Amino acid sequence: MPKTLDVTVVRLGVGNTASMMFALERLGADPRLSSDPAEIAEAERLILPGVGAAAHAMGRIEALGLTAVLKGFERPLLGVCLGQQLLYETSEEGDARSLGRIPGAVRAMVAAPDRPVPHMGWNRLKIEREDPLLEGVQDGAFVYFVHGYACETGPATLASTDYGGRFSSVVRASNAWGCQFHPERSAETGARILQNFLRLPC
Amino acid sequence: MLARRIIPCLDVKDGRVVKGVRFREHEDVGDPVELARRYADEGADELVFYDITASAEDRTLDYAWVRAVAKVLDIPFCVAGGIRSVDAALKCLENGADKVSINSPALERPDLIGEIARTAGSQCAVVGVDSFEADGDYVVHQYTGDPERSRAAGRRTLDWIAEAQDRGAGEIVLNCMNQDGVRQGYDVKQLKLARGRLSIPLVASGGAGAAEHFREVFEDADVSGALAASVFHKGVLSVPGLKRELREAGIEVRL
Repeated sequence: MPKTLDVTVVRLGVGNTASMMFALERLGADPRLSSDPAEIAEAERLILPGVGAAAHAMGRIEALGLTAVLKGFERPLLGVCLGQQLLYETSEEGDARSLGRIPGAVRAMVAAPDRPVPHMGWNRLKIEREDPLLEGVQDGAFVYFVHGYACETGPATLASTDYGGRFSSVVRASNAWGCQFHPERSAETGARILQNFLRLPC
Repeated sequence: MLARRIIPCLDVKDGRVVKGVRFREHEDVGDPVELARRYADEGADELVFYDITASAEDRTLDYAWVRAVAKVLDIPFCVAGGIRSVDAALKCLENGADKVSINSPALERPDLIGEIARTAGSQCAVVGVDSFEADGDYVVHQYTGDPERSRAAGRRTLDWIAEAQDRGAGEIVLNCMNQDGVRQGYDVKQLKLARGRLSIPLVASGGAGAAEHFREVFEDADVSGALAASVFHKGVLSVPGLKRELREAGIEVRL
């Protein structure tokens, strides 16, 4: 196993980590699942998944003693879905104070008669800025979303998606990346993004 | 723009995919893993696996095939049938399912909807509803997997879906029973009324027989997805062919 495929998935006890583990295995990685601060601090690269509520997830991060580790992690870090939202400063969901690695706020999506919430299904990426994470990903590619809160766009935005207004669907601030969609459930496009993440230099 | 979802539904019995008219004379049509992979490769947006015996026989799912499917599938999938507790729902999710759909157990104990939504998140909590039109009204039926037990649940469909949403459901799958299996088209009228009562996604089920039926239900009832079984399994429509026709009709689909 080449060392570039070493990856640790953070287990917060919320959400489905099996599908992420299986997706990484399909790409030839040997992912570790961990809640241990020491082990996570030493990881080559880290994925922060998670579904559920922001305040609850931040409570878990705090209880597991992971706050400082995740705030200070210096190798590639990928937040997925709620994991991306946790990289921001604040979330309206339970008034959570999050990890603050990406400037900005996470806000509730508002339903309209022709726009149900949660935003659930396949929507398009508009690539705003080139990045190694998005290498080989076509502008307009479809990926799979399930979320009721969304990250505002800003300098960290690599790709945006339109659902009654644009939100950040892929972000980056220094070594922290985020995907609002589920790459592990986004067919070829998602696999390409995960593969790009596994190949980022540490 | 959010694409309309095409969702093949596979009936599972004792770990095998079967087809047949509900409970009787089931024909084995294959392994869940192989069929899952085939539909995903063809461009299905999501899959639903329905354990046809679990709910009616009061037993829970065998999770081995859920895990086997999750290992190969790179699109989302939902598991239905026999999920009557938060523990059972969590087991499905821990084995890699993205959502669980509850139907009769939600009618027996409506608190189950909120319990799953609070524990796993609303996006995982799908409520399936079997609706029957009688005397100009739509009423909910339960235990429809077993002709011996199938009966009216004593609730009106439009009230029940609104209650399910209030209790935390993240999506409703509305199966219109008068149309089910006859392939004469979705019940656009009922689905449009249901859409008007919800702010969460609605998925149409029951009646798909031709590409035209999908176009109608997306355009006229504004549903987020359309579920179908026999029309795909019997090869009446192919997923890629259907999606091309929908795109030509101006409907956003993932191709």
